[in-house]
Amino acid sequence: MTLELKGITKRFGALTANDHIDLEVNAGEIHCLLGENGAGKSTLMNVLYGLYQADEGQILLDGEVQHFSGPGDAMRAGIGMVHQHFMLIPVFTVAENVLLGHEKALGGLSGAKQKVREISDRFGFHIDPDAKIEDLPVGVQQRVEIIKALSQDAKVLVFDEPTAVLTPRETDELMAIMQQLRDEGTAIVFITHKLREVRAIADRITVIRLGKVVGEASREDSSNELASMMVGRAVELTVQKSPPVLTDNIVEIRGLTVLDAIGQKVVNDVSFDVRGGEVLCIAGVQGNGQTELTEAIIGMQPRTTGSIKLNGLELQGKSVREVLDSGVGFVPEDRTVDGLVGDFTIAENLMLDRYRGEPFVRVGSIDRAVRDEFATEKLDAFDIRAQGIDTHVGTLSGGNQQKVVLARELGRPLSLFVASQPTRGLDVGSIEFVHSQVIASRDAGIPVIVVSTELDEVVGLADRIAVMYRGGVVGVVPADTSRDTLGLMMAGEPPAAAPADPTDPSEGAAA
Amino acid sequence: MNDTPRDADDPIEPVERDRPGGSPDSGEQPTVVHAPQATAVTPVATAPGATDDRTVEDDDPWGSAFRRIMGGNLVMALLAIFASLVVGGILIAATDERVQAASGYFFARPGDMLGAIWDAVFGAYSALFQGSILNFSRPEAGFATMIKPLTDTLNFATPLIAAGLGVAIAFRVGLFNIGGRGQMLWAAAAAGWVGFSFQLPPVLHVLVAIAVGIVAGAIWGAVAGALKAFTGAHEVIVTIMLNFVALWFITWMLRTPGLLQNPASNNPISPPMPDSATLPSIFGPPFILHWGFVLSVAAVIFCSWLINRSSLGFQFRAVGYNKSAALNAGMDVKRLTVLAMAFAGGFMGLAGAQQVTGAVTTGFTSGIDAGIGFDGITVALLGGSTPWGTFFAGLLFGAFKAGGFRMQAAEGVPIDIILVVQSFIVLFIAAPPLVRAMFGLPQPGKKSRRQRRDEAALKAMTQQKGAQS
Repeated sequence: MTLELKGITKRFGALTANDHIDLEVNAGEIHCLLGENGAGKSTLMNVLYGLYQADEGQILLDGEVQHFSGPGDAMRAGIGMVHQHFMLIPVFTVAENVLLGHEKALGGLSGAKQKVREISDRFGFHIDPDAKIEDLPVGVQQRVEIIKALSQDAKVLVFDEPTAVLTPRETDELMAIMQQLRDEGTAIVFITHKLREVRAIADRITVIRLGKVVGEASREDSSNELASMMVGRAVELTVQKSPPVLTDNIVEIRGLTVLDAIGQKVVNDVSFDVRGGEVLCIAGVQGNGQTELTEAIIGMQPRTTGSIKLNGLELQGKSVREVLDSGVGFVPEDRTVDGLVGDFTIAENLMLDRYRGEPFVRVGSIDRAVRDEFATEKLDAFDIRAQGIDTHVGTLSGGNQQKVVLARELGRPLSLFVASQPTRGLDVGSIEFVHSQVIASRDAGIPVIVVSTELDEVVGLADRIAVMYRGGVVGVVPADTSRDTLGLMMAGEPPAAAPADPTDPSEGAAA
Repeated sequence: MNDTPRDADDPIEPVERDRPGGSPDSGEQPTVVHAPQATAVTPVATAPGATDDRTVEDDDPWGSAFRRIMGGNLVMALLAIFASLVVGGILIAATDERVQAASGYFFARPGDMLGAIWDAVFGAYSALFQGSILNFSRPEAGFATMIKPLTDTLNFATPLIAAGLGVAIAFRVGLFNIGGRGQMLWAAAAAGWVGFSFQLPPVLHVLVAIAVGIVAGAIWGAVAGALKAFTGAHEVIVTIMLNFVALWFITWMLRTPGLLQNPASNNPISPPMPDSATLPSIFGPPFILHWGFVLSVAAVIFCSWLINRSSLGFQFRAVGYNKSAALNAGMDVKRLTVLAMAFAGGFMGLAGAQQVTGAVTTGFTSGIDAGIGFDGITVALLGGSTPWGTFFAGLLFGAFKAGGFRMQAAEGVPIDIILVVQSFIVLFIAAPPLVRAMFGLPQPGKKSRRQRRDEAALKAMTQQKGAQS
């Protein structure tokens, strides 16, 4: 089956998310849609899947014009989607999830089980149709999503950023599955912004920037060429930094354990030191306790035991206010939820955590003149693109929002800087900026902790890397540890031992 | 399976860098320099044009109804008022006996029915106007008589404004204060008790009584806030139930001799307020407008400062918009919840104290709140939860109350119709897409037919030009 998108245009108010996009996918080929976050990839796929109606343009399947008024129509026409965030019901079994919405077509639960077994055997998935979704690892849940699409006889499969939640090994397995599907004649649209994956698997590459197709690329192109197409200018993909100069500032974390609401250990006996002047990156697949660890440092986790000493001062057990007052800067993982008040202006957000005392508050009243002066200065210094300091933060792009967070957190004297997923969802230009700020704060001589699930970022930023798995730290290794080793650590395998010679981690010996 | 193949130009390879002090993990002792414990980090300049600076539409199709209710704007409020007056007019016409009678022979003499409808609707709204703003029907009675309806409106608006603030400020912190009744009752009881139990100089007495009332309301509000903050109980349930607790507890106190009951009566009613503890009329008889109105205006000004200018209000709004961000910024959300409910209860308390010291000074019953605690919700909604919005919404509802009586007396329109109109206003406020559809306004995020047409024309023109050149 051949899928053609012709001149698809989708507007949201003044923003044109898709501007006359053409795309063709043939059976038996993997077509990569490469673009930064916000380039319009997901919008395009939502148009294809019937979730949005295009303002202009046509969708053709084997030359026939299609009109999808909802995902049901798209599914019936043979289009399947594997969403970035799985659309599965955790308490249902695999078969029940596959059956959902197609009760008649699949012939009830027994039919669904049969179908799951059939597809599972064909691709060697080894999935038990009676297993509950919540008991399955993330990689396997994704396979259930694939089975769901295939059970509807999907001839065109769309993978929307499928590797975001996977370990490197699971990513490799997914790639193999995609190749197998392609060889069986499925047309695959693979949406991603990760150059490495594109170059490993794509048959064709279409690059989208700011809602427009900027051209086709070949997998033989270098990553730098692909990146510059994606961004529209030459980009520096490596993080520029000098060797670390360690200072006598230190944060010492000892035996930190965090329990969740039902008493399970989400952070399990974590200990490490970070010296001033170095960046410790915490790597790991999402959901292995990194979020809770940073929240424990900042004082947001009430069920925490252990010790966090910043230059000898105990932070554990202190309130968020006290932790912030002791000079901890924190960039939360989800800036729109935890970092910013979208309905506040830039000026208000820049003083969000300094609502008491000088310089912004005098006798209970906010000194607007001081606030606005500060905001104007930061707007300039951090190159925040907005109409003015009274612009509501909710209307800014992700990169500019993150700059507001950074401007606020770095806007006061710091003795520890913690950044959680600081570049998630940002465009390459903003990522460069954020990275340079992280390195700048390191070079100012304070300890810096960066949590990231992107291995590229970890390797680029870190002076040392701590890998977390199921709440525990698998190991702390130097920044030049090989990707293979890091990948294994992210799956829970401790490094053979702390490698003595960093150039050959496979043959590690005790240091 | 192996890792994805790596290429020579793979950009993500770690850069080779020399480590003069040895890798931090190696056994060697790294060079350590002394650095200040807290440092200001100076931002690094980056290449201009580095970021995506498109702004996104503030388009929130799945935005919560709560947010929409909170964020109503002036145009929508006015349209909602207009739409509900139209609906009210239809109801007035439909319930009018003459219209009903004339409808029997509509096809024979349609003019009769149309005339009757005009008489009914115009008469009713004219009475509403005369009863609430300007009594122009008897100019010979003098200016005072003409203007008296306006002062009646202000008089009715007085507790509505205060109660509206009590709902609005809670709204801004993301809390629904349904507990106005209980807060008002405690305030009324406390203010009343101070009023009839103590002997104080005239002005001081009434001020002390009102202050004690405000504190009582604030405490009752804070109780609800504390339950919400520390146990997670939903404030809607808590405040509703606390209404009943207050109602029956105060009823009991009003029944019990030696507590609040008037010793001269067997009924559940308090002793009358002494003159020193009543709010005097501003302009003297025949006007009933008392100094409580000035207190309400002062409350609006205070509330406006509190929400918009104060540090506390900044925290309130941050919590109301985004609780997680407030927590991350170190705000004590629990404390703020309690404080917000205390302020809400305080404003309600002002309304309750105004009732006891201004409106009903002959002794109060457990019905002293007169439903104002609930009307406050509608007032705050119409006012978009802003202090001055609440002020004007309170005036409007005060006008409805003042004019409603005259409408009933002069035109025989049931006063319930006025309540229907009020309810429709809130209904329309809560459903902006409905009002937009009724008045053909563009829905946010969607283009109007005209916009689309113009754009298509423009596009055709440019294409033509392109073809010509």
